[in-house]
Amino acid sequence: MAGYIVRRVLQAIPVLLGTTFLIYFMVFAMPGDPVVALFGDKTPPPQVLEAVREQYHLDQPFIVQYLLFLGGIFRGDFGTSFSGQPVSEILATTFPVTLRLALMAIFIEMVFGITIGLISGLRKGGIFDASFLVVSLILISLPVFVVAFVAQYVFAIQLGWFRTTAGPGAPIQDLILPAIVLATISFAQIVRLTRASVIETDTQDFVRTAASKGLSRRRIVPVHILRNSLIPVVTYLAVDFGTLMVGATVTEGIFNVPGVGRTLYQAIIRNEAATVVSFVTVMVLIYLFVNLLVDLLYAVLDPRIRYAK
Amino acid sequence: MPSNTRPTQAHYVAPLEETPLVAIDSVTTEGKPSNLWRDAWRDVRKRPMFWISSALILLIVIVALFPDLFTQVPPNNDCQLSNSNGAPTTGHPLGFTRQGCDIYSRIIHGTSTSLAVGLIVTFLVAVLGIIFGALAGFYGGWVDGLLSRLGDIFFSIPYILAAVVIMSVFSQYANVWVISLAIGIFAWPATARVLRAEVFRVRNADFVMAATALGVSRFRILVRHVLPNSIAPVIVITTISLASAIVAEATLSFLGVGLPPSTMSWGNDISQAQVTLSTAPQVLILPSIALSVTVLSFIMLGEVARDALDPKARAQR
Amino acid sequence: MKIKRIGVAAIALAAAGALALSGCATSSEPAAPEGDATAIITTNGSEPQNPLIPTNTNETGGGKILDSIFAGLIYYDAKGAPVNDMAESIETDDAQNYTIKIKADQKFTNGDPVDAESFVKAWNYGAALDNAQLSSYFFDSIEGFSYDENVPELSGLKVVDDLTFTVKLKQPESDFPLRLGYSAFFPVPAAAWDDLAAFGENPIGNGPYMLDGEGAWKHNERIDLVKNEDYQGPRQAVNGGLDIIFYATQDAAYADLQGGNLDVIDAIPDSALGTYETDFEGRSVNQAVAVFQSFVIPDRLAHFGGEEGKLRRAAISHAIDRQEVTDVIFSGTRTPAHDFTSPVIDGYSEDIPGSDVLDFDADKAKELWAEADAISPWSGSFQIGYNADGGHQGWVDAVANQLKNNLGIDASGAPYPTFAEFRTAITDRTIQTAFRTGWQGDYPSLSNFLGPIYVTGAGSNDGDYSNPEFDALIKEGLGETDVQAGIEKFQQAQEILFEDLPAIPLWYATANGAWGENVDNVEFGWNGVPLHYEITKAAASK
Repeated sequence: MAGYIVRRVLQAIPVLLGTTFLIYFMVFAMPGDPVVALFGDKTPPPQVLEAVREQYHLDQPFIVQYLLFLGGIFRGDFGTSFSGQPVSEILATTFPVTLRLALMAIFIEMVFGITIGLISGLRKGGIFDASFLVVSLILISLPVFVVAFVAQYVFAIQLGWFRTTAGPGAPIQDLILPAIVLATISFAQIVRLTRASVIETDTQDFVRTAASKGLSRRRIVPVHILRNSLIPVVTYLAVDFGTLMVGATVTEGIFNVPGVGRTLYQAIIRNEAATVVSFVTVMVLIYLFVNLLVDLLYAVLDPRIRYAK
Repeated sequence: MPSNTRPTQAHYVAPLEETPLVAIDSVTTEGKPSNLWRDAWRDVRKRPMFWISSALILLIVIVALFPDLFTQVPPNNDCQLSNSNGAPTTGHPLGFTRQGCDIYSRIIHGTSTSLAVGLIVTFLVAVLGIIFGALAGFYGGWVDGLLSRLGDIFFSIPYILAAVVIMSVFSQYANVWVISLAIGIFAWPATARVLRAEVFRVRNADFVMAATALGVSRFRILVRHVLPNSIAPVIVITTISLASAIVAEATLSFLGVGLPPSTMSWGNDISQAQVTLSTAPQVLILPSIALSVTVLSFIMLGEVARDALDPKARAQR
Repeated sequence: MKIKRIGVAAIALAAAGALALSGCATSSEPAAPEGDATAIITTNGSEPQNPLIPTNTNETGGGKILDSIFAGLIYYDAKGAPVNDMAESIETDDAQNYTIKIKADQKFTNGDPVDAESFVKAWNYGAALDNAQLSSYFFDSIEGFSYDENVPELSGLKVVDDLTFTVKLKQPESDFPLRLGYSAFFPVPAAAWDDLAAFGENPIGNGPYMLDGEGAWKHNERIDLVKNEDYQGPRQAVNGGLDIIFYATQDAAYADLQGGNLDVIDAIPDSALGTYETDFEGRSVNQAVAVFQSFVIPDRLAHFGGEEGKLRRAAISHAIDRQEVTDVIFSGTRTPAHDFTSPVIDGYSEDIPGSDVLDFDADKAKELWAEADAISPWSGSFQIGYNADGGHQGWVDAVANQLKNNLGIDASGAPYPTFAEFRTAITDRTIQTAFRTGWQGDYPSLSNFLGPIYVTGAGSNDGDYSNPEFDALIKEGLGETDVQAGIEKFQQAQEILFEDLPAIPLWYATANGAWGENVDNVEFGWNGVPLHYEITKAAASK
């Protein structure tokens, strides 16, 4: 087990190098000159453009820029944004917020998705199953913008249950509504996955054995069926967690959550390579860690899975 | 032992007369050997859900291929702002978009793009996801390490960044295929990871050990025994990702890196209708319904397929 | 919920702004009296793109903050008329040599005096090429300015005494004093030069407001300003401070206004353009501002040069029903253009000869297009380039549809994914279609809408338009010391533009804003930003 963990940690190094290089290259390859964009609809004289470029090392060739960046990282310096703020500071303020939001969303997905998926699976083809199929369909066919907009209008503006946007410091109570909205995106996947997995597990020999031993359904469902159905669901939740850590641009925008999605999107649009790559670096680390955690969890959920060798 | 012959069962079964379990344990050695796919097909034919979903999908395909059979109104010409968000009138059964174009006609003509993007992406995600997930999960060790970390890299690239870069490089060839490739190439790691986990679980199942004991080759075990038993979550994910793909195409158009503006698609219309969400929600809801119905038919088909491939669930019904 | 902050802010002020305010609680506190002079106004904004250095800030996010915490020589009132702020007088006899006198005893918030040095040094810094300041081109008419070499001190700037300095321009430009309210011309205290990076993070100003202590700028979240009691100028704040909350989307700001978390917003999201005036009846504004929108058809495009080009440009202009687009797509929040400037600018006229080319007339459009076809038959498709990240698709598609319907040609939008890519294609002239342009006036003057865009070789002349007659008229207009005489020249210059149509005028943007029940006296300026210092806030009952 320990050997397995060490190997996985070592694997992170090439992944990090590969990803940072790839991302840096992509930002570099993005068409358009970020310095020109700094001037808005006005066209600056070429000499001024040149001077500004020099200031941000943007006149250097790609590989030099990348190495400068990489060298900075080793010294703990992630560079600065165009507004003069150290990227490390941006990371430190945005990641905790998004982490909180993502964890809340995952929690909501987990509780509701798995419960509803479980019931749907056990009562396959019933009214409950069918109605949540319809709900899932509606949620996956509507853009998240619409869900967020409607949720904000109904629950925050009309009913006043929540603050319309995240207030100073983005406290937990202000993140409930955006977390619910985020959870709806993957809600359908979790419900359908759990349902499919439960249906499959329900027919397994060990479930029949348990039933023939005289165990009550009340005990069989959580201990035998649910636990053995969770592997694909947990895997998907981990993947989704990764997505939520970067991909909540729209939701964070509508609820004005000062998190990663909003900031990263701005940085991409403005071609701020240092910011983008730093964000992705942290993202990769989190993602690798979560995946490792999930892989270890498999062994808990299904004792037959071993990481020996 | 050559792996393509069926082991003779006689060596493993006690003489029939010595056991009361004759009825259960008897094995028909005559007749065709049972085949997973043939059994599945036999089962599927009996289910109404299969026929309903197939009929729907057929209809959608026909609409996609021959939109002119369903509407004579050109979708992109004669859009008059005076009709903006207008109510239905004769010849325009669903009313008008914000730009004053006929909604019905746009939905009909958008079918081919949306369906094509959805199907190509789904196919791509399924194929890449199955190859990477199955190999990583089944062989484990360094194969797993390599394939899974490759997936991690692809997964970590912010989607918007990748899409903008890819589509800018290929801006001359912005067609359905390139768009689908740009969407699919970053979407498969999720499928791969889920399948990998499922394969992890299944590879330790009794029937796999049995097959191994019988000397069936590793690869054959993977393809014949492990995959069919771990495919259920993949079917679930891919049928739903059909919808995500169609919506993702809209996001790309919205970002200005999608198909040329003259190309119609549901996603595009949905994203453009967001502006008038509060004043004219029907403009957004109507193409969303088309999207929902399409996804529903594929989810139903996936459901049938999943049931059919799970022999135990079949037996239980 | 802001009430609690009010109390704290008042104390912070007394303690010389030493208190850093942490997040405000949602608990209710006793209400403040009506129109409380200590009330904090909350409004929307966006994260500044650059450090808060006057000569390095050229976008609205940072501009809104700088305008509040700095006071220039002049400021613009709601109508856009210049009023002396720090200046005692600005005098000239020839529109080329200016003598500027500063009011006595004006101070920065750190105690440094606002003197001639604080202006001249800041301007010299902004103009020097090596400092790579984004607004450096604002100084390019001052004698000594150069784009080719680093000039640490402009020869045209001379300190006469503590409160007097002179400016010599390269040529007569009568609207120079009008420019002096723009943020690039703000003074900078002596203390700033020790550590400019620290200054950019915690700027020290001389305006009606000041930062609420160190670290008041919470990046990507908000910036908190409090009233500067030392400010003696005419823009006295009647409220206790200004909290600018940064939003990434206008939808979020609008929702916060509806939810009572904001007092004033100066931008309405597209999704609410049709409803905001009824949602906030009597508490909204839709008035003209100094933003002119158009699309440029570069001369180099096939079929758009010479006589054929003139005919096609006129045909396109006639084929666009501006009123319909502004009504339907913008819900009346744009005003169809009648000229190349803006209605809020002194000297604006709707009746410049030739402006009827902006009238919608489908038959005339077809006729002109056919005439052009007679010279050389049209082929291909007419496209309008735009950046997809700016919400332009709606009107571009609508205009393209009108061209399609009224001219019978193929027309469409040509989106670029990012603003950077779009502007780069324009700047390096690789764009091979017409493209959208917007011009926000830096200062309220006709010449600012004409000179930088259409004069031969001018910085923002992205269509490479050139007409010597036009150039001459602009130069003459700038040389006139009499304002009215200058305006006449600029109007004549516009007649030429209507003839040549280097850009097709579309509409003027309007200021779209709304405010909550607790605030009053909300007036929007010529640039679409409310005059925050005038806003009064009544007792909130939350």
